[in-house]
Amino acid sequence: MSTAVIDAQPLRARVAGAAADACCFDRAASVRVADLVRGTCLCGGLATLSGRSVVIATTSQLTAALALIELDGVARRLLILPPDVDPDHLGALIAGAEIDAVVTDGTVPPQLAALPVRVVCIPSIVPLAERPRARGHTEWLLLTSGTTGVPKMVAHSISGLTAAIAPGASTEPVVWGTFYDIRRYGGLQILLRAVLGGASLVLSSAGEPVGEHLSRLARHGITHLSGTPSHWRRALMSPEIGKIAPRYVRLSGEIADQPVLDALRTMFPRAAVGHAYASTEAGVVFAVDDGCAGFPAAFLDHARNSVEVKIVDGALRIRSPGAALRYVGAGARIAALHDSDGFVDSGDMVERHGDRYFFVGRKGGIINIGGLKVHPEEVESVINAHPRVRMSLVRPKRSPFTGAIVVADIVLTAPFAAGDDEMELRDDILKLCRGALPRHKVPAAISFVPALAVAATGKLARRSA
Amino acid sequence: MSIKLTIMDEMARVAREHGKTLGQLDDDVALLDSGLDSLGLAVLVARLEDRLGLDPFTTSDDVQFPVTVGDFVKAYEHGSH
Repeated sequence: MSTAVIDAQPLRARVAGAAADACCFDRAASVRVADLVRGTCLCGGLATLSGRSVVIATTSQLTAALALIELDGVARRLLILPPDVDPDHLGALIAGAEIDAVVTDGTVPPQLAALPVRVVCIPSIVPLAERPRARGHTEWLLLTSGTTGVPKMVAHSISGLTAAIAPGASTEPVVWGTFYDIRRYGGLQILLRAVLGGASLVLSSAGEPVGEHLSRLARHGITHLSGTPSHWRRALMSPEIGKIAPRYVRLSGEIADQPVLDALRTMFPRAAVGHAYASTEAGVVFAVDDGCAGFPAAFLDHARNSVEVKIVDGALRIRSPGAALRYVGAGARIAALHDSDGFVDSGDMVERHGDRYFFVGRKGGIINIGGLKVHPEEVESVINAHPRVRMSLVRPKRSPFTGAIVVADIVLTAPFAAGDDEMELRDDILKLCRGALPRHKVPAAISFVPALAVAATGKLARRSA
Repeated sequence: MSIKLTIMDEMARVAREHGKTLGQLDDDVALLDSGLDSLGLAVLVARLEDRLGLDPFTTSDDVQFPVTVGDFVKAYEHGSH
């Protein structure tokens, strides 16, 4: 098959076909991607990284993007660290992935300082006399965000990562932008789309305010823009939103509800607004382009773009050429990625209404707060440590700003007596939570309830939505 | 307490809890420049539902995302009628 030949080419070789003037921008720098065909941004370190397992630990998205393009087909493995990774987990991750080299653009975290090879990546391309021979397929390792403790590492091939990307048919120049960090699956899809399509890409810089980012997107004439529903809600509240005029607006990474889709259609009446369903493990599953929340039930009837979707116990399972290969490291010992039929359990629960399915939440009740996952049990265990609390139920509540927010229903050991100050107790419990949990896990509101329902399994009854 | 004062009072409380500093809260100030981020605003809306018995942003099917502090206060003032 001719596609297999193209797929076997490393990413850098595919840049050669890119539009000559396509650039990668951040706040401080711009780089012509096609220059990577004859140049390098790895400061003489490219040859030493050949065949190694490399962790990409840069502060900037731009240098990470350049290093990834250069090292596909050169490194044995590429472990991509997202900016919010917990430094305490780095030791377990580099051991689990057998990492022996680090690419950085600044200071190396102490946990990575002992790695034998260290290479600096700069946001500028210098000519390269001799390029190391491509050594074959590179394994890409991405981190999941859905776990407590050390994140799982998920292995992908470049052909899997690019399986959902159709050859570009656009006659007009495309300028991609992403609110989503390219070191996460959703953002990486946008980097790959831009590279394979010969499009420019505008990246955000660390700590850049939304308004400035939007103004910069406008200056570069953004045509295609991607983010989570929470990113888009935040952008819709920025006065600078009116400066951009994208032709294509894409949402992924969280449930896209009807209000956010409608608000985007009103803001950008001429744009196509689509939401994609994808996950780090299952890859890109499908895109919904009819402007409605959920997806047509007919999507389950037959494979679309070689992707099969079925429902088991209310959750979507996916068999796809874009799915990950397996878990790597400690995660591989705990769980298999695929079931015996080769399907990946997404953990995303759906319900059918009429001829559409709608996403109703995560299996096991994981709550998604603007892209950050919360296990209700973790918050409950903190609340339950309070001497006056008998039990608690932490649940999501819809929020226009973050998709969902955490709220808690609490049963006290003894009902309020005369003279009890309800407000004071509430503040005391919240103080306990703030001392033990990151900000997004602290309940936004607390209700004191007389009892909580317990299911037949003896567990707290959790609604799936 | 008027709706506007209740909102300002709760904004100050959420900002304190989240370790944020509130800026000037004139009606034409962009909500995202108020000092609260998306999470802070989400918490604010949940708290205000407790205090005012109203969440104008999730009860309506036709959500207008508030851009300024004035838009935000107005959503509550209209919703309470």
